[in-house]
Amino acid sequence: MSNIEYKASAATLDTAKPYNYNKRMEPAKVIRWTILFLGGVVMIMPIVFMMSTSFKWPHEIYNLKIIPDDPTIENYTYVLEDGRFYKWFVNSLIIATITTISAVIFDSLVGYTLCKFRFRGRMIVFVAILSTLMIPTEMLVIPWYLMAKDFGWLNSYWGIMFPGVMTAFGTFLMKQFFESVPDDFLEAARIDGLNEFQIWWTVAMPLVTPAISALAIFVFLGNWTAFIWPLIVTNDPELYTLPVGLTTFSVEQSVEWELIMTGAALATIPTLIVFLVFQRYIIRGVVMTGLKG
Amino acid sequence: MKSWKNTLMGITAGATIALSAGASQAVEIEYWQYFFEARVNAIDTLIEKFEAENPDITVNQTTFPYADYRTKVAAAIPAGEGPDVVQLFYGWLNDYVEAELISPLPVDAFPPEQIRAEFFPMVQAMEKDGQYMALPTAVRSLALFYNTRLFEEAGIDGPPKTLDELIETAAALTKTDAAGNITQVGITTGMNAQDHHWVREVLIRQFGGDPYTGDYQTVTYNDDAGAAALQWYSDLQNKHGVTQAGFMDEPQAAFKAGRAGMHIDGSFRIGALNKTRGLKWGVAELPAGPDGTQSNYSSYWVNAVTTKAEGEKEAAALKFLAFITSDEAMQIWLDTVGELPAKPSAGLTDANRADPVFGPFISGLAYAKTTIFANESGQRQVLMDAMQRILLEGETPENAIGIAAAEEQAILDGYYK
Amino acid sequence: MNWYRKLSIKQKQVVWAWSFLAIPVLFYTVIRFYPTFGAIVLSFQNWNLLGAKTWAGLENYQRLVADPVFWKVFSNTFIYLLLGTPISLVISFVIAYHLDKVNFLHATIRAMYFLPFMTSAVAMAWLWRWFYQPVPIGLFNNILSSLGISQFPFLNSTFWALPSVLAPAVWAGLGFQIIIFMAGLRSIPQSYYEAAQIDGVGPWTILREITLPLLKPTIVFLVVFSSIGFLRIFDQVFNMTTNDPGGPLNSTKPLVLMIYDTAFNAFNMGYAAAQTVVLFTILLIVSLLQLYVMRER
Repeated sequence: MSNIEYKASAATLDTAKPYNYNKRMEPAKVIRWTILFLGGVVMIMPIVFMMSTSFKWPHEIYNLKIIPDDPTIENYTYVLEDGRFYKWFVNSLIIATITTISAVIFDSLVGYTLCKFRFRGRMIVFVAILSTLMIPTEMLVIPWYLMAKDFGWLNSYWGIMFPGVMTAFGTFLMKQFFESVPDDFLEAARIDGLNEFQIWWTVAMPLVTPAISALAIFVFLGNWTAFIWPLIVTNDPELYTLPVGLTTFSVEQSVEWELIMTGAALATIPTLIVFLVFQRYIIRGVVMTGLKG
Repeated sequence: MKSWKNTLMGITAGATIALSAGASQAVEIEYWQYFFEARVNAIDTLIEKFEAENPDITVNQTTFPYADYRTKVAAAIPAGEGPDVVQLFYGWLNDYVEAELISPLPVDAFPPEQIRAEFFPMVQAMEKDGQYMALPTAVRSLALFYNTRLFEEAGIDGPPKTLDELIETAAALTKTDAAGNITQVGITTGMNAQDHHWVREVLIRQFGGDPYTGDYQTVTYNDDAGAAALQWYSDLQNKHGVTQAGFMDEPQAAFKAGRAGMHIDGSFRIGALNKTRGLKWGVAELPAGPDGTQSNYSSYWVNAVTTKAEGEKEAAALKFLAFITSDEAMQIWLDTVGELPAKPSAGLTDANRADPVFGPFISGLAYAKTTIFANESGQRQVLMDAMQRILLEGETPENAIGIAAAEEQAILDGYYK
Repeated sequence: MNWYRKLSIKQKQVVWAWSFLAIPVLFYTVIRFYPTFGAIVLSFQNWNLLGAKTWAGLENYQRLVADPVFWKVFSNTFIYLLLGTPISLVISFVIAYHLDKVNFLHATIRAMYFLPFMTSAVAMAWLWRWFYQPVPIGLFNNILSSLGISQFPFLNSTFWALPSVLAPAVWAGLGFQIIIFMAGLRSIPQSYYEAAQIDGVGPWTILREITLPLLKPTIVFLVVFSSIGFLRIFDQVFNMTTNDPGGPLNSTKPLVLMIYDTAFNAFNMGYAAAQTVVLFTILLIVSLLQLYVMRER
């Protein structure tokens, strides 16, 4: 299968192009569409309400209006003036970005090696990595915490990141995708005098870009919303990630729901924008995980 | 990242010293407390004054939400990550002393006889083997906050003086909507806030009981008095319908929002309420019991120097601790936070006693009891659960208090065994 | 580099492979396997983080078996699983099945269902916590009240608190499951349906005899994926019940919250480690069941 064919086959996985044969309007179809559409409205309603509340004055927040009578950005001014949200945002962004880059590189390198090299111990390494999928993070947080304490990693970006710099799931996913890269390509590159690292990086990796983008999105989203480990490993509010910071902030505010909703909106908006911009890739990523995972 | 920052700061500091040879090196110490806006502001003010007097010392304040504070402190200090001076709840100190994480205060700078004479007697619990381990800036007691606007609206002339009057007053203040839901409570309730102290040290005593033996190692409230106290407290919701647990998520939130007529809280709430615009409120002593018994609960937070502070950091930490427990600091604390000075000489002034806001708290202090907790959050949970059993599962107060007593005794036994 | 040139092509490959794997093998050994054994060893010890570790033998496990809170938490954890997995799978299948047949604004509707998946569980927990408040601040109860219906207890009930905490978790996960189901539906060859239509088989039979059996790999994947998710529920519970951690009378407390409390509030590291070993065992059984079911294929 050539590169182009490969991309084409990945594109057909996009559910945006449903099969549909007749375009006639039938009552049953209209009802189905209407119910599905209303269901979709119900699904996004909580998020719409959160956004709407973040633009309301305190006395207005308990009414059920979606469009505020007198919209204000006062809540955002208050929350952002605090300054911590900005820091938490930057922390989350740095941590999620570095972890994503690291996981994409290592997971695809390991996946590639386990897929395309023949050597003794290959199966042992593969099964060992795969078996770590069965170890829940929650079991490891206590030993990790003790490790971080002993090595002085508490309260550092590295402390938050180290458990996630490689993922077993990503390795498995990438190995599955490298199966579809023909060995002839690699052999041709070898004859051209490229070394193994160059072959992986310049020949194999470009052939699996859809898989890489899917993996990148998942790792990023996972780290962006991660809660329990950053909660445990950070003591310094300067180093909180957005979810941990949001918890702290909300407990402090207790009743000022418009401020809590503003904080929640600030934590949500970035991923929603990412989704709206990269919708196609994200959906395709989910689809590929479902089919290959 | 942090270590990178430190390195950079180290390099910068090194360069500065090299350039300005002879300049004395600044000592930087870390101060920790939980997040409560008024307390944070008070410490900020104190740090500013302290740094002006001691230009060679820099104090950094770090805060955590109350819910995480104990965890964060306990995790950080043994790891050598934590503060040089730390604020701890009086009930937690023992654990830290036993784990040798707290340095005793040197006798020459903090003479025990003087402290014994000057501070409120309850602070003596901080003395161990002839040395004080920690000192408070302020002490706190409970009082009844009431919303004066809602009182006027309901035509009530003053706060209730007894528990019976409290029920009448609360009934007049309660509002419901067409569907029968409470939209304004007469009095807030919630064991998760200060009510567990009210029940434990005040109501149980007012109904003729004693919550614990003198050493607080044995629970003694599993009797008629305990059951009567819990009965009275749960009747506020179940029988009189003047309150609702969980109303507006938190009791103080409902009072702040002007949706509660009365609210029992500590003196530390004063600062926050003062800042709430449009809220008019007054303070009264806690209502007396059926036989006229008055009681109150007092507690305090102490400042301690951790074993992490060594050498010149320890000297700076001790200096800072002495400063924040001085008379001057106590007055600043009273003005900013509303917590009462830990020394009678500073606290029991005529001006403070006559103050309409501080007065009831100071009067309450005279007959207050201080619970010695083995595990405050665990013991609080026991009373929270007892209340949930009555409200949500229809358990009788007699059974609920029995279960609570057994559970709390298990916590105490586990701690003191 | 002389030794390298002397190697055969096969041997060179081996050298490359192991140099690619060196860091990852170290990582998985130090960050995954070593801590796993660390947790198991710790579960046989007593340690409060401040003092010294002492051997406890089976004490932590005996304590676990005798702890009524543990059994409550254990059953809560399975209620999350047994309610969450079937409910979310049935809803997402029904939506996927119908959405698959819709053309007009397909991508828009799909995006609406998927949007909640992109949110952070912490932010959504606070949002839903607000919705669940009693009158006069809770959104749901205000709606009920404006209709003249008396309010519903939601989080303030030993029975309803757990479903209330579960609802946002199901809501946020639906979009992901819908997309996977649609992909599964697409991968069924069209010829099967055409053949069935020629035979004049009704839509219910098609669903039962063709669609569902051919969707088995998808269903197994989603069952395992969402089961593991519900067994590990934490973020929602932690944030929705900060006033009374784990809900009234522990009615919403899952295993992971108990682990967190035991380890990082009570500092009972050995006891917490024993609880993580239980969680590990449960997840192991679920994963092995998956392997077993997939093997039958």
